[in-house]
Amino acid sequence: MSVTALKETTPAPKRPAAEVVRLARPRPPVKTRLRTWLTRAAVNVLPPLVMAVLLLLMWELLCSGPGATLPPPSRIWTDSKDLILDPFFVAGPQDIGLGLRVLVSLQRVAVGFGLAAVVGILIGAVIGQSIWAMRGLDPIFQMLRTVPPLAWLPLALAAFRDSNPSAIFVIFITAIWPIIINTAVGIRNIPQDYRNVAQVLRLNQIEFFWKIMLPSAAPYIFTGLRIGIGLSWLAIVAAEMLTGGVGIGFFIWDAWNSSRLPDIIVALVYIGVVGFALDRLVAGIAAFVTRGTASA
Amino acid sequence: MTAYLQLSQIGKTFTRGAATTEVLRDISLEIAKGEYISIIGHSGCGKSTLLNIVAGLTGATSGGVILDGREVNAPGPDRAVVFQNHSLLPWLTVYDNVRLAVDKVFSGTKSRAERNDWTLHNLELVQMVHAKDKRPAEVSGGMKQRVGIARALAMQPKVLLLDEPFGALDALTRAHLQDSVMQIHATLGNTILMITHDVDEAVLLSDRIVMMTNGPSARIGEVLSVDLARPRRRLELVANPIYLKAREAVLKFLHERHRFVEAA
Repeated sequence: MSVTALKETTPAPKRPAAEVVRLARPRPPVKTRLRTWLTRAAVNVLPPLVMAVLLLLMWELLCSGPGATLPPPSRIWTDSKDLILDPFFVAGPQDIGLGLRVLVSLQRVAVGFGLAAVVGILIGAVIGQSIWAMRGLDPIFQMLRTVPPLAWLPLALAAFRDSNPSAIFVIFITAIWPIIINTAVGIRNIPQDYRNVAQVLRLNQIEFFWKIMLPSAAPYIFTGLRIGIGLSWLAIVAAEMLTGGVGIGFFIWDAWNSSRLPDIIVALVYIGVVGFALDRLVAGIAAFVTRGTASA
Repeated sequence: MTAYLQLSQIGKTFTRGAATTEVLRDISLEIAKGEYISIIGHSGCGKSTLLNIVAGLTGATSGGVILDGREVNAPGPDRAVVFQNHSLLPWLTVYDNVRLAVDKVFSGTKSRAERNDWTLHNLELVQMVHAKDKRPAEVSGGMKQRVGIARALAMQPKVLLLDEPFGALDALTRAHLQDSVMQIHATLGNTILMITHDVDEAVLLSDRIVMMTNGPSARIGEVLSVDLARPRRRLELVANPIYLKAREAVLKFLHERHRFVEAA
């Protein structure tokens, strides 16, 4: 009884007080919040914007002379305006916007990198757990890791006899090494405490993999994935230059063959932006997934 | 008497290359059901190794451990360990850390709802229900250790192994947790084996105190029975002659007869 009586009396004086606060408070926060948001945006966006304008100006000055071999920004704008303004146009089976070409390349990366992630984490887990697998395989992996992506392409073409699976294979073989090596290191670094907990609880191999190994090694695994996605994006452009098709890499090669230098520069910007976005994407996923693991 | 937990002639030798170090020699101890035993000794005397052997995390070189009529040589939830550094999984919440143990131990015998209730019940025993959705990094050191105790209790172990459970805590928090453990021991009647280096803690909590000689080749030096009635209250014991005598005996053992010469 007394409890209910207390409950009834307490909200009564609070209600008008809350209304007064509600009217008085929000106004300054909206202004100040907008101001802080604007200043933060300005601090982050303005410096790169200013630098970009300066660099473009310098480029314009350097390349607008009569003997210049490369086009200045103004000529790129007049010659390749269609490519910049509409990334998704379709004017024929081989004449499509750069956005669509990037999507084709991204599709190959998704397949190759996805396979590399799954296989790489599994192999890395085995190597991290077994000292003998580590001793036997680590030197071999360290050696294969240094083989440039394109050196695999002739072998892949010979094995698959088709350009698309070959390009995917090159992505796979490029991205897998950092994933394997980082996963193995992450798993070797699982603290003995967590292993003890698993032993006392008698977790079996599968439970140990999902409940201890993956979460504990997640920061290392994501470092590997982030390096892997960067390398994949580097490799796909090079691989597509040789295998053809409609990817962004082949577009550059094609533009070179028909001397469309402005198109090449626009394509480079696309590649840079997409590579940056991919890196940020994996970093973002990592930050979300490993939010608990960082502070042990 | 038939011992519930029996350590018989345990010896442990570590070998690294050509060098061998004998850590423990001929440790025999019989522990009755519901007894609270403390093992005290200077650091490096092998008391943690002994606890790890009982837990099954380390194998004994000679001798063995028999719990409830069965020899144990692998870790298992019947000998739950509260680790010195709590060893909670940082990516799981307080609740999920305990639930992981509950799910593993009672997957066949309790329903989902019962496991939830059992998890909450054990968090309640250590007064941690209020923080059940927090991650270990978001609670204090004492609270982490409470959760570690809850996780161990939730396994319903035959014997609870405490490896210097309060060593990393400040004095006030430590006293708080000691009271909690005494309370739990009084309610549930667990058999407890605790490693400690704190004389007051040993005397306050234990039925018997096992004092170990210095390593290498550490042995059991003396076993002291603490005949204080339970429940024990910290403040009332300050001037209690039995308490003071037990305290004196342990201190004399540690600092007169077995001084740790290499201590810094």
